[in-house]
Amino acid sequence: MDIFIAPVKFTNVQLLQNIIKKLSLKFISPFKILALQLELEKFYSKERSQYFSTQIIAEAMKHTSDINGKIILLTEVDIFVPVLTFIFGEAQLDGKHSIVSICRLHEEFYTGESNEELLLERSLKEILHELGHTFGLHHCLNWDCVMHSSPSIEDVDIKGDRYCRQCSSKIEGYKYYYD
Amino acid sequence: MEKKEKILIVDDEKIVRESLFHWFEEEGYEVDTAEDGEKALKKYEETKFDLLLVDMKMPGMSGIELLNKIKVIDKEPVIILITAFASVPTAIAALKNGAYDYVTKPVDPDELAHLVKKALEQRALKIENIHLKESIDEIIRPDNLIGESYQMKKIYDLVQTVAPTDTTVMIRGESGTGKELVAKAIHINSKRKYFPIIPVNCGALAETILESELFGHEKGAFTGAQFKRKGKFELADGGTIFLDEIGSVSMKMQIELLRVIEAKQFNRVGGNELIKSDFRVIIATNEPLEELVKEGKFREDLYYRLNVFSILIPPLRERKEDIPLLVNFFLNKFSQMMNKPIKSVSKEAMDFLVNYDWHGNVRELENAIERAMVVGKNNSIQVEDLPFHISSNNNYFNDECKSLASMEKKYINKILNENNWNISRSAQVLEIDRVTLYNKISRYDLHKNNN
Repeated sequence: MDIFIAPVKFTNVQLLQNIIKKLSLKFISPFKILALQLELEKFYSKERSQYFSTQIIAEAMKHTSDINGKIILLTEVDIFVPVLTFIFGEAQLDGKHSIVSICRLHEEFYTGESNEELLLERSLKEILHELGHTFGLHHCLNWDCVMHSSPSIEDVDIKGDRYCRQCSSKIEGYKYYYD
Repeated sequence: MEKKEKILIVDDEKIVRESLFHWFEEEGYEVDTAEDGEKALKKYEETKFDLLLVDMKMPGMSGIELLNKIKVIDKEPVIILITAFASVPTAIAALKNGAYDYVTKPVDPDELAHLVKKALEQRALKIENIHLKESIDEIIRPDNLIGESYQMKKIYDLVQTVAPTDTTVMIRGESGTGKELVAKAIHINSKRKYFPIIPVNCGALAETILESELFGHEKGAFTGAQFKRKGKFELADGGTIFLDEIGSVSMKMQIELLRVIEAKQFNRVGGNELIKSDFRVIIATNEPLEELVKEGKFREDLYYRLNVFSILIPPLRERKEDIPLLVNFFLNKFSQMMNKPIKSVSKEAMDFLVNYDWHGNVRELENAIERAMVVGKNNSIQVEDLPFHISSNNNYFNDECKSLASMEKKYINKILNENNWNISRSAQVLEIDRVTLYNKISRYDLHKNNN
């Protein structure tokens, strides 16, 4: 089965290419780009200046029912779910769809200084993390595992960039290269 | 390890219940929801929940009313109240009635995660069987800490001895011997294992950056500091901080370090708030700190504060029997990563690897195997696939370079030339970050075409 990355309101082509390149090394299934025309404005909250991610996923589901595989929506807009101030990503546990926002993965968001290398590293971690949830993985207690919970950017930086042995053994149908 | 704690979310808004349900479900908790106090109470009577997240204002029974009713069933429930507006009377009412804490909508995910984790941990501590913890007598090793030699077994013994304590540990060893892995082994065998180990390479950062890295900064502390940032000591709360290359820290920073290690409290850069953090310290050095103390480059008081329990990792050349194990480990690793069917090493190549001096230690061996896997065209690695087969074993590290520094200088120059002075690529091969590489180039006065 294939793994698709669907850029939605996403303009950083170089980053997207690097993400696809790096992720393709980790799985047998190649990562493919999926062109998805989603109108995000209806999910925009003026009050919060953010987009409601659960509704974006629900909209994506309507457009992708004929696709077999996992679909990761990748966006540059800031996303939220009610109750929380923001989220880096959201996924359907043991499902098909997930969403990752790189908005708060930019280093300049925190220090004012841009760091493309760090942005790529953080994006890869969050994509693998949300993808992991769609494989049915829960949060892992191992800090070296990408499935460790990461509610803050510091946690994203601390945790590892791969699935641990235990988590990778639970991934079914998609061969992951454990290193 | 699977978490089995049960959480009940009580809120009249469906959207809030659903959001929190999915968020906690991903955490691995068993989650249930209730839309009002009555239903929540019914569910609580049927199932003993470990934690309840309750909306303060609901039609019918309010959050505080629900809390009081639950206290009749369970004397010590862990309840976190959620409120739309933060106010002092609300907070007082919540806490007076026995809530664990309260949060204001929308809540920062980091704050909520920590709050729930701490609340559940406190509850778990009450029911923890201490004897069960003490019965664990075999150490857990990180996957890549390899070695069955007498020296390594001795290290595992030392790790086992010191891990359960909170003692500061000093790990010594040449570059590339795996000091960070031993630090990780100590951490994952300690009671702090569910909190992170935070590594800091003190040698890679300039003094001002190191200060902000270690202590964090407040919003506006310096140009570009748009948001508050937690420092490494703060992140290590509950866990371990691993300070690598401690010998390269400036005298000013040594004073700061001594202070924070002793007091376990500090201020963020540009901040007044006193931050408390409960961390364990593990340090590593490849420099003889005693010499630095004699030369006046390292504070004596800090040295004695750090040198409580010392572990010396022997260089690879002194534990040659571990080399075949390590070679096979790296072979499997790179074979999987590169998807190449090379699964063995020829006898000649293995003899060569075992007899080589490995001044760059395990890291150098790993790089050699990686390179051999890239260039190798057979099903097994041959001598000619190894990066140094042309030179005789001692040719590269000849009599001229007896000191570690001269060897390091020569080796860095070699890698830079091999990679056409591409800093990123060379740093990747050397497994150090680019800043460290720039520092070393400047320290050794290396230039392109400088042999």
